[in-house]
Amino acid sequence: MLTALALLLAAMLLLGLLAPLAAATVLGARLLYTGTAAGAIGFALVALAALLGGGAEAAPLPVGPPWAPALLALDGLSAWFLLILGITGTASSLAALGHAVGPQPARVLVPWPLFLGGMGLTLAAADGFTLLLGFEAMSLASWALVAADHDRAENREAARLYLAFAVVSAACLIPAVGLLAAGPRDFAFAALRDSPPDGWRAVAVLALALAGAGAKAGLAPLHAWLPLAHPAAPSHVSAVMSGAMTKVALYVLCRILFDLCGPAQPLWWGLPLLALGAASALIGALRANLEGDTKTLLACSTIENVGLVTIGLGLALAFRGADLAPLAALAAGAALLHALNHSVFKTLLFLGAGEVLQAALSRRLDRLGGLIRGMPWTAGAVLVGVGAAAALPPLSGFASEWLLLQALLAGWRIGEFGVQISVAAATAVAALAAALAAAAMVRFFGLAFLGRPRTPRAAGATEHGGPARVALVGLAALTVLFGLLPGPLLDLGAEAVRLLSGGALATRWQVTGLSAGDGVARYLPLAVALLLALLVAGLALGLRRRSPPGVVLGPAWACGFIAPPPHLPLGDPATQPSAAGLAQPLGRMLGGAVLAAEERVTMPDPGETAPARIESGFRDPSFPWLLQPVARLRDALATRAERLRDLGIRQCLMLTFGLLVLLLALVAMLERQ
Amino acid sequence: MTYGQLPYDIAHMLGGGVLLFSFVLLYQRRITAVINAFAMQGALVAFAAAWQGVTQDAAGLFLTAAIAFGAKAVAIPLVLRAMVRRLDLERGVETALGIGPSMIAGVGLVGLAILVVLPATTGVHALAREDLALSLSVVLLGMLMMITRRNVIGQVIGLMSLENGLLLAAIGAAGMPLVVELSTAALVLVLAIVAAVIALEMRERLQSLDTHALQDHRGEQG
Repeated sequence: MLTALALLLAAMLLLGLLAPLAAATVLGARLLYTGTAAGAIGFALVALAALLGGGAEAAPLPVGPPWAPALLALDGLSAWFLLILGITGTASSLAALGHAVGPQPARVLVPWPLFLGGMGLTLAAADGFTLLLGFEAMSLASWALVAADHDRAENREAARLYLAFAVVSAACLIPAVGLLAAGPRDFAFAALRDSPPDGWRAVAVLALALAGAGAKAGLAPLHAWLPLAHPAAPSHVSAVMSGAMTKVALYVLCRILFDLCGPAQPLWWGLPLLALGAASALIGALRANLEGDTKTLLACSTIENVGLVTIGLGLALAFRGADLAPLAALAAGAALLHALNHSVFKTLLFLGAGEVLQAALSRRLDRLGGLIRGMPWTAGAVLVGVGAAAALPPLSGFASEWLLLQALLAGWRIGEFGVQISVAAATAVAALAAALAAAAMVRFFGLAFLGRPRTPRAAGATEHGGPARVALVGLAALTVLFGLLPGPLLDLGAEAVRLLSGGALATRWQVTGLSAGDGVARYLPLAVALLLALLVAGLALGLRRRSPPGVVLGPAWACGFIAPPPHLPLGDPATQPSAAGLAQPLGRMLGGAVLAAEERVTMPDPGETAPARIESGFRDPSFPWLLQPVARLRDALATRAERLRDLGIRQCLMLTFGLLVLLLALVAMLERQ
Repeated sequence: MTYGQLPYDIAHMLGGGVLLFSFVLLYQRRITAVINAFAMQGALVAFAAAWQGVTQDAAGLFLTAAIAFGAKAVAIPLVLRAMVRRLDLERGVETALGIGPSMIAGVGLVGLAILVVLPATTGVHALAREDLALSLSVVLLGMLMMITRRNVIGQVIGLMSLENGLLLAAIGAAGMPLVVELSTAALVLVLAIVAAVIALEMRERLQSLDTHALQDHRGEQG
């Protein structure tokens, strides 16, 4: 199994190396995307084999750093995330294949297999060095993809911010792994597991891992890059970034905190995760309601979902600390299930947004509308994804969010009062975020696909078909399937749940549904689906029964619109709700406190002929509270450093001498101990 | 070899003498006196090398001693003196750092060198440990001298006294190949030549030997 995985990784690397040759022709690009799709299918198959047949012990590769060979392994946890990568990668490669109608530049083709391979390597790694190697390869390749369309200034800006966050994440993760390896003086996971860090070192590992993986996963307050980078990247790339890359970052977080830090963590370790997760969920969901760009909106929804997964992980840590293994298993199962479900439906939504962009040539909601008529397949698939993102039963999002809320509602079983209060607060925030996400999805689907077209281009949008449609329909089918069968799915991930919950006996989930424990709430998706189907069928049947015979087709009621004037054949776009208009109520209600949303009305003076203006806007709190102070600090440091260039020769010597004396003093002090 | 035996005591005394002259170099204000002290230090290093040649029974060290004596005790001081005379600096008085502060700093550095070297070399025989501590002190004092002197000649002497410390360390270690010592000796000669050229040029163009004067002319060409 590991051999197959290693071969797949090598094949991805090879594809990346051969990609410049493929850049010249359409055929080359198609071959490349076919290759990556095949590789991603391979990832998914290997992951399934590992989940079904048990993982594989660590095995050395013939290559590696000078001190030891690189180790690969596949256990339940990494196989689960590899499955996510496989599904997302396959669908995105297919979509890219469908849109490869002309020769693609090498800067888009080369990083793509390397991006997928880097993520695969991160998941397959069984030592700290290989983990970091894969993670950084993933960061670098995805930066190149974000910067692919670099002739536009905002994309360059986004790529720069993205790179800065990637560097911050590396600067946190590398010391975290270094601190882990400081005790056993070995990078292999087995050795790290045997001598977990303690005292201040463990706290430092927690903080660094949270910052390093959080910056890549898009946890608040390190989420500022997500809404900028996703629109900048090509659609299939943003799908993988949202669907798989954030999950790989979460995997690294799980691996470090749950596995490498040993079997026992103090109770309070869950709290930072809980708090950051809740903050991300709230900010992401709220922003998704205010954004006017489809891909930015979806990126904000990703922040929200990553926040929900992190809440689940934090809860699992807290339950572990309180020795409540069955509840830890519940929370960990919810987190894992939501990670998988989110990756599937978010990939679907991003690919759908890509189809819309391809057909209607715009990402702005204010330029779309009525696409359901021109693009029925895309609209149907996106509707399924939107339903899952809005957590509607019996789709996949509902199952995992229900499980998460059940775990949160069991939070009172932890004895500590402070934790109980935090969990209660997190429950409220998670519920609010889920509701906001539903509102955001209604707004997204309604503005983009329903109503009348707002531009001629949107009116003329047509379906593309081909492999892209296969990807969309396949993902929609998976969303429905995962929604109907969450129990068997969690059985598949039993090993991962066991690992995250600190060795709880694997709970058997029923095929028919989920249960939060004995004698508490149960969710039977098949029954719910059956009930819904019966209801819909009954309704349809009843309507047909009661409708008078002899149906006559006539013009639809136009909601009171008058016939469009001749100069606006599609009707006046201003007569339909706009993205900003639909965002206004929520922005006024909740945006003021969290996002500093404000509206300013400028009234003209009496007698003036200028129109009155209303300006509304909001600001993400991470910009004024985090990025701007950091930028100011950077400028101040640069000014200080600039002064060094102006030193005389004696001052330069003095610096060297002072440093030497300092180091010698340090050596003397260390020798003392 | 340990305390109370003649080879050890003499080697120790010579090393101590080198360090003593480092202190002298540190506080001397008159440029001719600095050159004299440097010549004495060079002679002491040469004697130390010769004595190590006797005790280690290594013929190469005699060559080192001869080169050190010829270059550091005779040739370089003579050149420097000639330069001072030519530049009319014989009466020059230079206050870099006061006697008190430079002594205190110097003692501190020697203390630091001992604190660093002695625990790091447990298990090595006594002479090598003492030798290393002494030579690290000489190196640090040479650096301190380079910092505190404003005059280019003073700075060059600081650099060469630093090199004396390196040589002291090299001869103390038994079995150091001759080529190391030869190349450091060659380095010192090159240094002296370069320093002389720079000093003359500076004098000619800037009418000063204070390296601070270079500051205003950075980036100029031609």
